[in-house]
Amino acid sequence: MRLPPQPGEQVDRSRACVFTFEGKPVHAYAGDTIGSALFASGQRVFSRSFKYHRPRGLLCCSGSCANCMMTVDGTPNVRVCVEPPRPGAVVEPQNVLGSLDRDLLSIVDKVGRPFTPVGFYYRTMIRPRWLWPAYESFLRNVAGLGRVDKHRGRTTRFDAEHRRVDVLVVGGGRSGLAAAREAAARGDHVLLVDENARRHDDEPFEIVAPGRAVGIYEGGLVPVDAGSLLLRVRARHIVVATGTVEQPLVFPGNDLVGVMLPDGVRRLIRDFALRPGERAVIVAADDRALSVADDLTAAGVEVLEVADLRERDVARIEAKGRNGRVRQVLVDGEAVDCDLLVASGSPQPAYSLLAQAGARVSYDAGRGVFVPTELPPGVEAVGRVTGELGDLGPPRACYGDGGFVCVCEDVAVKDMKRAIAEGFDSIELAKRYTTVTMGPCQGRLCHLGAIRLYAHEQGTGEAAIGTTTARPPWAPVTLGLLAGRPHEPAKWTSIHHRHVEAGADVIWTGAWQRPHSYGDAPAEARNVHETVGVIDVSTLGKLLVAGPDATEFLERLYPNRYGDLKPGRVRYGVLSTDAGRIMDDGTVARLGDETFYVTTTSTGADGVLGWFEWWNAVWQLDVEVVNLTGGVAAVNVAGPRARDLLARLTSADVSSEGLKYLDARHGHVAGVPCLMLRIGFVGELGYELHFPSTYGEYLWDTLLERGADLGAKPFGLEAQRILRLEKQHIIVGQDTDSESNVLDAGMSWIAKLEKDDFVGKWALEHAKARGPRELLVGFEMANGTVPPEGGQVVRGGRLSGRITSARWSEQLGRAIGLAWVPPDLAEEDAGFEIRVDGRLESARVRLRPFFDPEGERLKA
Amino acid sequence: MNEFAYAGEVTSRPRETPSLEELTDYVYFRRNVAGVQREWWQHRFGCELWFLADRDTRTNEVLRVELPREREPVTAHEPPVPETPAV
Repeated sequence: MRLPPQPGEQVDRSRACVFTFEGKPVHAYAGDTIGSALFASGQRVFSRSFKYHRPRGLLCCSGSCANCMMTVDGTPNVRVCVEPPRPGAVVEPQNVLGSLDRDLLSIVDKVGRPFTPVGFYYRTMIRPRWLWPAYESFLRNVAGLGRVDKHRGRTTRFDAEHRRVDVLVVGGGRSGLAAAREAAARGDHVLLVDENARRHDDEPFEIVAPGRAVGIYEGGLVPVDAGSLLLRVRARHIVVATGTVEQPLVFPGNDLVGVMLPDGVRRLIRDFALRPGERAVIVAADDRALSVADDLTAAGVEVLEVADLRERDVARIEAKGRNGRVRQVLVDGEAVDCDLLVASGSPQPAYSLLAQAGARVSYDAGRGVFVPTELPPGVEAVGRVTGELGDLGPPRACYGDGGFVCVCEDVAVKDMKRAIAEGFDSIELAKRYTTVTMGPCQGRLCHLGAIRLYAHEQGTGEAAIGTTTARPPWAPVTLGLLAGRPHEPAKWTSIHHRHVEAGADVIWTGAWQRPHSYGDAPAEARNVHETVGVIDVSTLGKLLVAGPDATEFLERLYPNRYGDLKPGRVRYGVLSTDAGRIMDDGTVARLGDETFYVTTTSTGADGVLGWFEWWNAVWQLDVEVVNLTGGVAAVNVAGPRARDLLARLTSADVSSEGLKYLDARHGHVAGVPCLMLRIGFVGELGYELHFPSTYGEYLWDTLLERGADLGAKPFGLEAQRILRLEKQHIIVGQDTDSESNVLDAGMSWIAKLEKDDFVGKWALEHAKARGPRELLVGFEMANGTVPPEGGQVVRGGRLSGRITSARWSEQLGRAIGLAWVPPDLAEEDAGFEIRVDGRLESARVRLRPFFDPEGERLKA
Repeated sequence: MNEFAYAGEVTSRPRETPSLEELTDYVYFRRNVAGVQREWWQHRFGCELWFLADRDTRTNEVLRVELPREREPVTAHEPPVPETPAV
């Protein structure tokens, strides 16, 4: 039911729309909010509270509190009091079992409250541990807010926009508008942001409404939440005109449906032409709040009592209700039957943005509010946020024994008292322990109340208690807005489409998308062992290092030697940092006296390039580093028939003498100019062909076609991982971490500590002197169980290491892996156990490669 | 993603074999001043040039940029650990 048209009402009665709530149609006018339309339809209970499932109704009507949060079209936690209705929108209550009016979980309030005191989750539901998942699932179901539908996918497209203006005004009230007009008149480029969707008349500046300033960050960056658009505003001058936030009073029954803040009541009447109740009582401490009596009277509400807390020293207030709705109010024992209690303390300046910008905040004891002082340069406050509030009287911390300090999080007076009794005597600790101020309102409605209660209980002043640190976000933000537009660019090799056509299972590895397998990884591995396989390794980083100082450059960067590497030869290299940590690995091929071709790991390519260029900037050597990664494709041809296949396609001498293990040669393969590196990550006779990426698909096709009768088939990353593990070849980042050095990783032969200097030398010297703390070793399982990667190595019941890689090797008929173990365990045949699904499985250390330990097949 | 990448303050790499304490200082400790700091930067999504900058850490103001000269004392900037295993 609506009142007759109100002057300046926001609703346009000529236009209407229909949405559904709890499955029933609800009519709304243009200009309504979902909340106002629901109120007009008779709905009074808007939510069930966080912990106790108490019925809650409209309180602030300004989008601050959590009382009206619902799920709208699948988006949870929407404050319907400020959300415009869309035709056909589906609005559902949240955190209820049943309906809003009959929530089965309200049993928590009736029987559970004695058992759920403040911090109960820190001391109950601890034992037995094995029930933790059940506790968690139980708590997640009964407590909390709306649910995110994980299967819903993206429905909103979020974007971000950078804006630079002379003046940014936050707040579109009287003072904000005046400041914006003044700046615009000066000729400044002005942007005004207002939380309300309220229509603005023609103004000589840009207005974003509704828009919320999320915070003031370093360098004056103000992110503005404009729905599906995030504006990153940088202004020379920021004017904060955020006004005040009305503060609820704390008294028994202060969360009943029908207890409202004055501005909320005013909004219902003036903006939406709604009668907020039939019989009202007003308790307030400032003129603005008390003047709501006139609005109520004009709307036909019977105002039964008005208590001005500045004049009347009220000690006790109590609201009594039935079914969660106000029926009677007692002010100092004097009972009045009513259905609306308009109650507020002093309006608190909304200083959060100013405090985030660096302003100090001090307590004004005479008026009972915190006011901002000492504003940082470039930031100005205007209007009520400065503390120009007229005559106020500080309210009591609580009127009577009971009530909620924080309605969002269901923190009651007794919870705060108990926290103090338990020693959480600072407001910062109280916040973390009781979660007061940490709910959806971000302390707007409970911060001051909590401080006041602390000051009262501890007998100190509010100034001594101080405020908690103001941090962004000042207004709640959807995660989608922060995440922005989906932007996951994938890197594809020049052969990528062939993999897709072959039905490869494509996975992400860093920024690359690569074939995990072509359907049957063990079969792909078998094919490499038996005939010949080809794998696309174009993702490897490829750097050309050339110049008179190229040798010196690599000698300084790598722990091993390159000065004695002959042109046409390849050597394995591991990069260390000066902390001794393994950074990356790859091969270095010497192409000429002053030219080296360096490969890196796929995900390490960019890091190594930057690392090389940076050290070159430091050393100022006469050397150039050229990144060839994108322009050069690479294919590894591996298996006992690899030579046969290659011989069919090239006139170059690929015999075992002509192209020995670790040789590098230029030659044409199927007419394509290639750099052929004879290396063997997967442990079989192998050739890595590097060639211009434009020939990627052609050479790939040719290798498979011409090798078809030899058994040539592609293999993916999974087969490669099995094969390399059979050789105990490490993968940097999989088998090593930020603590691993080459000595402990079983590659001490690579560290030539007798060299004058190289990056990481000193750290490795110290590591050598100290001795290893743990070593990377191979292991095989006693039975065929494949332990989980990251699993625990257990010896004598004690955790003593970890698994980094593990696979089933069909070739060996065993489960094998790599693990970090204590040095005394790093001996051939040493036994240990591995935790697998809670059981312990036996394993034995294997120090030599599982497959072809002498490298005969590799060097064949 | 930023066009220019910050790579830590400039520190000096020991000229000869350091003691463990000197090494630890060099590798792990930074001055972290509130004031003007000499830093390494790279024009990462551009010409990939490494250069030095004097930046006021309190105001973010860059006071000077220049190319490194020969034998510039160097930082021990640790390259990032890749998030995924390097294959």
